[in-house]
Amino acid sequence: MLNAIACVTLLPLFGFFVLTLLRPPERVAAWIGCGTVAAAAAILFTITIGFLQNPPAEGHAVVHYGTWVGIGSFQPGFSAWVDMLTLTMLCIITGVGFLIHVYSAGYMVRDEGFARYFSYLNLFIAAMTVLVMADNLLLLFMGWEGVGLCSYLLIGFWYRDPANGAAARKAFIVTRVGDTAMIIGFFMLYLQFSTIDIAEILRRSHEAIYFNQSLYTVVALLLLGGAVGKSAQLPLQTWLPDAMAGPTPVSALIHAATMVTAGVYLIARTHPLFMQAPLAQHAVGWVGLLTLLIAGASALVQVDIKRILAYSTISQIGYMFLGLGVGAWSASIFHLMTHAFFKALLFLSAGTVIFCLHHKQDITEMGGLRKLMPLTFASFVIGCGSLASLPLITSGFYSKDEILIGAWNSGEMAFFWGGVVGALITAVYSFRLVFVVFFGAPKTHPDHAPTLNMQVPLVLLGILSVMGGAIHLRLDGVLPIGSHEVSTGGHGMISALLIVLPLVGVALAWWLYRRGITWTKTTGAPAAMLFFRRGWAFDALYDAVLVHPWVWLATVNRSDVVDSGYTAVARLTQWLYQQASITQTGSVRWYAGVMIFGFTLILSAAVFL
Amino acid sequence: MMLLDLIVLLFGGGILAWISGRMDARFPRWVSLIVLLVGLLYLITHWVGADPDLADRALSGIPSGSGVWQFALVADWMPLFGVKFFLAADGLSLALLVLTFGLGIVAVFSAWSEITDRSGFFYFNLLWTLAGVAGIFSALDLLLFFFFWEVMLIPMYFLISLWGHEKREYAALKFFIFTQVSGLLMLLSIIALAFFHYQQTGVITFDYFSLRNTPLPEGVGIWVMLGFFVAFTVKLPSVPFHTWLPDAHTQAPTAGSVLLAGLLLKTGAYGLMRFILPLFPSQAAQFAPIAMLLGVISILYAAKLAFAQLDFKRLIAYTSISHMGFILLGIFSANALAMQGAVIQMLAHGISSSALFAIAGSLQHRLHTRQFSRMGGLAKTMPNTAAMGVFFSIAALGMPGFGNFVGEALVLFGSFQVNPLLTMLATVGMILSPIYALKIIQKVFHANAEAEPIGDALGEQARAEDFRFHERLSMGLMVVAILWLGVHPQPVIRLVEPSISALLVPAPVQVSGLAQQDEWSIGR
Amino acid sequence: MNAANIPLDHLMLLSCMIFVIGLAGVMMRRNVLYILMSLEIVLNAVCLAFVSAGAHWGKADGQIMFMLILSLAAAEVSVGLGLILQIHRKHGTLDVDRLKELQG
Repeated sequence: MLNAIACVTLLPLFGFFVLTLLRPPERVAAWIGCGTVAAAAAILFTITIGFLQNPPAEGHAVVHYGTWVGIGSFQPGFSAWVDMLTLTMLCIITGVGFLIHVYSAGYMVRDEGFARYFSYLNLFIAAMTVLVMADNLLLLFMGWEGVGLCSYLLIGFWYRDPANGAAARKAFIVTRVGDTAMIIGFFMLYLQFSTIDIAEILRRSHEAIYFNQSLYTVVALLLLGGAVGKSAQLPLQTWLPDAMAGPTPVSALIHAATMVTAGVYLIARTHPLFMQAPLAQHAVGWVGLLTLLIAGASALVQVDIKRILAYSTISQIGYMFLGLGVGAWSASIFHLMTHAFFKALLFLSAGTVIFCLHHKQDITEMGGLRKLMPLTFASFVIGCGSLASLPLITSGFYSKDEILIGAWNSGEMAFFWGGVVGALITAVYSFRLVFVVFFGAPKTHPDHAPTLNMQVPLVLLGILSVMGGAIHLRLDGVLPIGSHEVSTGGHGMISALLIVLPLVGVALAWWLYRRGITWTKTTGAPAAMLFFRRGWAFDALYDAVLVHPWVWLATVNRSDVVDSGYTAVARLTQWLYQQASITQTGSVRWYAGVMIFGFTLILSAAVFL
Repeated sequence: MMLLDLIVLLFGGGILAWISGRMDARFPRWVSLIVLLVGLLYLITHWVGADPDLADRALSGIPSGSGVWQFALVADWMPLFGVKFFLAADGLSLALLVLTFGLGIVAVFSAWSEITDRSGFFYFNLLWTLAGVAGIFSALDLLLFFFFWEVMLIPMYFLISLWGHEKREYAALKFFIFTQVSGLLMLLSIIALAFFHYQQTGVITFDYFSLRNTPLPEGVGIWVMLGFFVAFTVKLPSVPFHTWLPDAHTQAPTAGSVLLAGLLLKTGAYGLMRFILPLFPSQAAQFAPIAMLLGVISILYAAKLAFAQLDFKRLIAYTSISHMGFILLGIFSANALAMQGAVIQMLAHGISSSALFAIAGSLQHRLHTRQFSRMGGLAKTMPNTAAMGVFFSIAALGMPGFGNFVGEALVLFGSFQVNPLLTMLATVGMILSPIYALKIIQKVFHANAEAEPIGDALGEQARAEDFRFHERLSMGLMVVAILWLGVHPQPVIRLVEPSISALLVPAPVQVSGLAQQDEWSIGR
Repeated sequence: MNAANIPLDHLMLLSCMIFVIGLAGVMMRRNVLYILMSLEIVLNAVCLAFVSAGAHWGKADGQIMFMLILSLAAAEVSVGLGLILQIHRKHGTLDVDRLKELQG
C-alpha cells in the first residue's frame, strides 16, 4: 500500500500535464483539477490510516522508485521518505489543497486563464508533495524550487498588470537568495558526509568521526537561510506582502497554508543538525521572535485586507520558528497545521468578501458586512478567533499555548515575553479587522453571492479551525521530546495568562474601534504608523542597498567594458595603418628615390659592417 | 566507417542542397532535412548495433584503458609528417554527435520560412558547418581536428555575413578574427607538442593517444597548454574572450544562432575536456584555479550583462556565456561529478539556448524587432510561442526538473569538493539567473509594450501568427529532450562514464610493442 | 683587340657609370617615356656587367643571363609602351608628377 504514495505526487502532476496540453474548457478543467487532488488525498488518507494502524518497526519507511542521478556516492533517487511528519504535512497539503481547489472553481469562474490556473495549482500540489517526501537533498531542492516556480507563476497569474509581474519576480528572486544559501549548505553536507541521503546524513551527524561543531553551525545557519527565504522570515520577509497580487485562493494555499511553512518543515526535518549547533538553533528562535513582532506591528496598521493577512502569516510563522528555536518541535508542527486551517479559512473568507465586493480590498471601503454576508462573517470570526487564539474553543489557542510553554521552559525569558506581547498584538489586529470590515454602517453592498462550491470549503475549514486543536499529532517517533512537554512548574500561571491575554486583546480592539482608532488613515498619519505600514521600510532599504546599485551597475556597463579593450586594438591597428599610408604619395619618382636610398643603405651596410 | 559516412553525408548533402537550390528555392531545405534525418537514423541504428569493445582496437592503436571507443577508422593522410586520418567515437563523442544532428534539424526548421534568398548556398553552409562540428567531435588526430576546426569556421562566417541582420559584416568579421587568431595559437601548440614528442621518441605523430604520454619541459608545458586553452575558451567563450559572441549571436540569422549557441560553443567545451586534461594533466592541475576563476567570473559577469540588455537575442547570448562558465568550472574541477555535470550542461544548454534563439528569431521574423521595449503581452496573441518562451526561460534559470539544473547542480556539487570558495561565488549565479530569465518572460510575453510601437508594429503584434506546425514540432522535440535530461539523465551519465574516467586518469602507458612499431612505420 | 685584355675593373666601372646614369634618368625625368628609356639603360648596364664577368671567368653564364635580360627587357618595353599609350590616351599627359592617383 505504501508504494502507492507516489500517486500523491503523480496524480496532480498528471492533472497538470493534461490541463496544460489540452487546455480544456472551464467545467472539465475544474473536474480534472479537483479530481486529481481529491484522488491523491483519498489515497493518502488510506495510506495514513494504514500507517497508523501498522507502523513500520523503525517508525518510517522508504519507497524507492528509481534513480535520478547516480555517480559514485552521489546517488539522488526518486524515493519517498514516509514517516508521521511527512504524512502530517501531506495530509495538510492535499486536504487543504483540495478544499482550496474546490473553492477556486467558484472563485475563478469566467477567468480567461481558468485551465492555466488549475494546471499551476496542480503542479504546486505535486511539487509540494515532492518537497515533503524527498529522502535526499537534491529531490528536496527539486520540490523546493518547484513550489517557488508555482508561486511565481500564480502571483503573476494576471500577467497584464506589470505590478503583478514585479511582485512575482520579487517573490522568486528573494526566495532564491535563501535557496542559494541553502544549496551551499547542501554542498557542505555532501562534502562532509559523502552522501546526500537525508536520513543517512542525520544519522552520521551523531557519529563522532564526523562531528564538527563549527561546520554544523555553518550548515544549520545556511539551511536557516533557505528556510527564512521560503517562509518569509526576517530578513527575507519582504516578498510575502507583495505576493498578495495573486488570486486570493492562491494566497490561501501557497502563501498561507503550505508553501511558506516549508521552512518550518525543513528545520524540523533536519532537527538533529540544529540540535548539535545550539547557536544556530538559538538564531532560529531569535529570527522567529523578531519576525513575529515586526510583522505583527505591520499587520496592525495595514488597510488592505490581504496585506493584513499576509503580515499575520509572517507573524504566525515567526511563532513556529520561535517554537523550533526553543526546541518545541512538535508544537511548531502542530501550530503549522492549525495555522494552515485557520489561515486558509481567513484567506478564503477574505476572498469571498473580495469576490462579492467586486475586487475591493481596501478595508476602509468595507463595513457592516455582518448582516449582508452572515456565513462569511461567521467563518471570518472563527478564523480570527483562532488566529488570536481565543481560549479553549479555537485550535490556535492550543498550538500557540504549547509554543509559549516551550519558550518558558527554554529559560530564555525574552522568547517567552516577546511571544506574549506578540499574542496580544495578534489579538488586537485580528479583531480590528473583524470590527472594521463587519461592523458599523455598510459602505459597499455586495453584488455577488458566493457560490455553493465556495461556501462548502468555508464551512469545512471553519470546523477544522475549531476542532483542529483536538487532533493529536503522533510525531513522537520522528521529533524529539519537545521543551513544551517537559514540566518545570509555574504552568498554571502561564495558562491563566494565555487565557486572559487574547480576551484583553479583543477588548482592546473593541475599545479602540469604538473610539474610532482604527489606524486606517492614509494621509496625515503619524510617521511611526506609516513606517510600520511600509513593513518597517525593509523594501526601501533593499532598494537602496541592493536593487538600485545593481541596476545602476548593469546599466552603466550595458555595452561591456571588456569589449572596449578589443575595440582599442582595432583602433590602434587603424591608426597605424593611417600613419603608414602617409608615405604612399602616388609619386613614382618618390618611390624610386626611396627604393634606391634603401637599397644603397642595405648594400652599404652589407659591405661595410 | 560510420563516422566517415556521416561526415561525407553532410559534405555531400551540402553540395546537393546547393545544386538543388538552382532548380527550386524550396528544395534545399528538404534536402537538408532529409540528410539530417538520415544521418541521425544512421547514427542511432549503428550505435545500437555496434559492439563497444572493438576487435580492431589493436589495428587503430587505441591503448586499452583509455575508454570505450567505437567506429575507429585509421588511414594515412600525410605519411611524411605522420598525419593520420583518424576518426573514432566514445560515449562523449556519440552524445555530442546526436546533439549535432538533432540541433541541425532544429536549425533547418528555424530557417524554414525565414531564408528565401540564395537558399541553396545557405543550406550548403549550414550542412558544411555541421560537417565540421561532426568532424571535431570524432577526430583523434590533432591535425585532423584542427582541419575540422577550420572547416566549421568559414561556412559559419558566410552564414552570418550574408544572411545576418543590420550589423552582420562587423559581427562576422569579429567572429572570424577571434576564432582564427585563437585557432592559430592552437596550431602552434599542436606543432610544439608534436615537436617535443619527436624530440623524445624520434617519431613524428599527431595521434591523440601517442601524444598523451609526452612529457613536456618544465616551464614550456604551460605555454603549450595555454595555446589550446585560449583557442577553446575563445570558442566556449569565457571572460575575457567572450566579446565576439553577443555580436555574432545577435546578428546571425536564427539558424546561425542556433548552430552557434547549440553546437559551436560546445566544440570549445569538448576541446577543453578531450585535450587539455589528458594531454597536460600536471599543467592543467597547476592552472585549474585560474581557469575556475575565469569560469566564475564568466558566470557572474555575463549574468549581470544579460540583465542589462535591451535586445532579446543579445540577452540570450550573454546567458550563454554565463552558462558556459559552469562548464569551465566543472571541467577544471577535474572530478567525475563535476565533469558529468559539465557534459549534461553542454547538452542541456545546447537545447535550451537553441530553443530560446529559435523563439527570439521567430519573433523577429514576425515582429521585425528584437527590442524588449517594442514587445509585450504576446502571451495573449501567441499562446504557444509564449508557453515555449516561458518554458525555456525557466529551464535557463536552472529549475530542477530541467536538464540545465542537473548540469549546474552536478558541477557545483563536484567543484565544491575542490574549491569551496569559488563554488560559493558561482552559486551566487543562481540568484542572478532568475533576474534575467524572468525579465524575458515579463518583457516579452507578459505586460504590454513600454514604448510606442513604431509604424505598423502594433498591428503586427496583434496579427502576428503563432507557431506553425514545423516550429511546434521542433519545439516539442526540445521540450521532451530537456525534460528527459532533467528527470532521467542516467543513460547519458552511464554513456559518458567510461570517457570521463579515461580523461581523468593519467594516460595509460602503451605496453603493446605492436602499436609502437606501427607508429614507427608511419613516422618514416 | 681581345675583350679579355680589358681589365675587369674598367668594365665594371663603366657598367656602374651607365647604371648610375640610367638611375639618375629614372629619378629625374618626369616623362614616363623617358623613365622607361632610362630603365633600359639600367638593364643594359647590368647586362654589360654580366657579360664582362662571364668573359673574365671564361664561363657562358654571363651570356645566358644577358639573353634572359634581353628577353625581359623586350617584354617590359612592349608592355610598358602599351601602358604608356593608354596613360596618354586616358590622362592626356605623361608627366609622372601629375599621375598621382595611386595614393593612400
